Amino acid sequence: MCSGQENGGPLIFCVLEGLCTALILIDAVTKRYPDGTTAVDRLTLEIPDGSITVLVGPSGCGKTTTLRMINRMIDPTEGRITLDGADIREQPVNALRRSMGYVIQHAGLFPHRTIAENIATVPRLLGWDRRQARARALELMDRVGLDKALAKRYPYQLSGGQQQRVGVARALAADPPVMLMDEPFSAVDPIVRKGLQEELIRIQEELGKTIVFVTHDIDEAIKIGDMVAVLREGGKLAQYAPPAELLSSPADGFVEDFLGLDRGIRRLSFFTAAGLELNTVPMIAVDSTAEQMAARTIPQTPYLLVTDTEGRPLGWAVAKERIAGSDALIAFGHSFTAGRDSLRAALDSAVLSPTGWAVAVDENGRAVGVAAQEAIAAAIRTAHLEQSAGSDAIPGASDNPDDAAVDA
Amino acid sequence: MNLFHYADVFFSNNANWSGADGIPTRLTEHVQYSLMALAIAAVIALPLGLVTGHTGRGGNALALVATAGRALPSFGLLVLLTVLMGLGLTPVMIPLVALAVPPILVTTYEAVRSVDRALVDAARGMGMEPLRVLFQVELPVALPLILSGVRSAAVQIVSTATIAAYVSFGGLGRYIVDGLYQVDYNKVVGGAVLVAGLALVTLGLFWVAGRVFVSAGVRRQQR
Repeated sequence: MCSGQENGGPLIFCVLEGLCTALILIDAVTKRYPDGTTAVDRLTLEIPDGSITVLVGPSGCGKTTTLRMINRMIDPTEGRITLDGADIREQPVNALRRSMGYVIQHAGLFPHRTIAENIATVPRLLGWDRRQARARALELMDRVGLDKALAKRYPYQLSGGQQQRVGVARALAADPPVMLMDEPFSAVDPIVRKGLQEELIRIQEELGKTIVFVTHDIDEAIKIGDMVAVLREGGKLAQYAPPAELLSSPADGFVEDFLGLDRGIRRLSFFTAAGLELNTVPMIAVDSTAEQMAARTIPQTPYLLVTDTEGRPLGWAVAKERIAGSDALIAFGHSFTAGRDSLRAALDSAVLSPTGWAVAVDENGRAVGVAAQEAIAAAIRTAHLEQSAGSDAIPGASDNPDDAAVDA
Repeated sequence: MNLFHYADVFFSNNANWSGADGIPTRLTEHVQYSLMALAIAAVIALPLGLVTGHTGRGGNALALVATAGRALPSFGLLVLLTVLMGLGLTPVMIPLVALAVPPILVTTYEAVRSVDRALVDAARGMGMEPLRVLFQVELPVALPLILSGVRSAAVQIVSTATIAAYVSFGGLGRYIVDGLYQVDYNKVVGGAVLVAGLALVTLGLFWVAGRVFVSAGVRRQQR
């Protein structure tokens, strides 16, 4: 799979290599309605193949219209859209649509068909025989994390989250190179949504689809997007950049506003906590002696982290009181996983903790160290410095989104 | 003397169970008229309702036709047509069809219209042609409502087909018309019971049709 984001001239490189599966180019596209409203205004966007591109913006910004123009549910007034260099109007409209997975907000499952039949819709349209289509449906249920026992159920028997998984499986059924997703997760509750987002990222990594994803939720955009296009009302492109760049350098006041007040904090999600220095001293097992506790007490903090005999954190104790025989523990909030979680998780852990210290654990939940807010702040400063020193290496960075299109 | 007595006398008379004026013959005739009228009405109303519902156009015109159709008095129409056209099956069929078209047409239109637009959007977006969208998505989802329209048309036809007897045709109306004429209340009540029974059987058949043709996924969703 060729990833167009990691080098300077993605398009030309890909065409020469002949490896690109689906690169979508939206070229100066305008959609104007007869009543004079402009839904999309001269939008130019190069959607790299094999990655997730998110269109995000307030309602009325034309993001759904843009998505629907890619599979010709809506025809543009001006401009053109190409897929792998060929105008999408060159092939019959239904052939085009069958080559693009389509997922909508409430899944839009057919209530009269079973889950397996729903998933098999496009393969059946393409003329696969029933048995083949069914085998494919079962395979996909597995892929999107659905129990195969649900194959013969009807949509009404499934929860909203399960229905949305079926929607994704149905879109994947004929193995289309492109997936179009129109606010697919906005109708499910936050916990289920988080699971679906992670699943989508995993599926994309496994299958390397070109995914165009519409959402009004900037957090979702930042979480799942490889590239994020922020649109403003009237269908104008405000900024097109990878999420980390969006957070570090929003193009204008609108984007900054749209990102919200805590974009600095959110940006920390992109910095790993691996470089964070952990202090392993103020930690004691629950059965430690007074001498051991005294030896572990450090001047920077009056607290000691108490762990069980396996090393799992139980809570903080005031060192003096504990040595004097008190059993009182202070809740530590939540821990973060050293080496895996971001600085955002580490900072949140420190902010939540009444002692001001974050607790780091390993994959098995055993405490491996603690970090003070000051240490985390230092790690953040270091990360920022490294980021700006290596800004040339930010994937897909481009100050002017039109540049890419001109290359094309 | 009560209704049960009249009915008992009518049904226990062996002479009523055979011959040209026997129950089997009259019942068969009645079913034939009813099926014929229902078939003609369905052929007219179902495609019109499906297409107008699918395209969403012509709803106002439909409402007009339906109101007009419902306002037509079946019996008056029968007499008028028979005077104009002479005795024949056509003057019998026209009022019955006119009676059955509005409920089928209007409910079919409404049923297809009320299919969740998101389903239609998903179907089109996956590359279904308009006819596939209509027959593989809209029709199966709208089927319970469509069936209910056909069912009320069928029941109305079954009860109204008695008027065929006024213009010398057969059917269960024969017993009612002749019985009134002969002041034979056994016959009148017997005929009325048979008509009512046939209407109930019709309802039962549609219930079975609903179980057989409507997908369990749609059926359960509507409860």
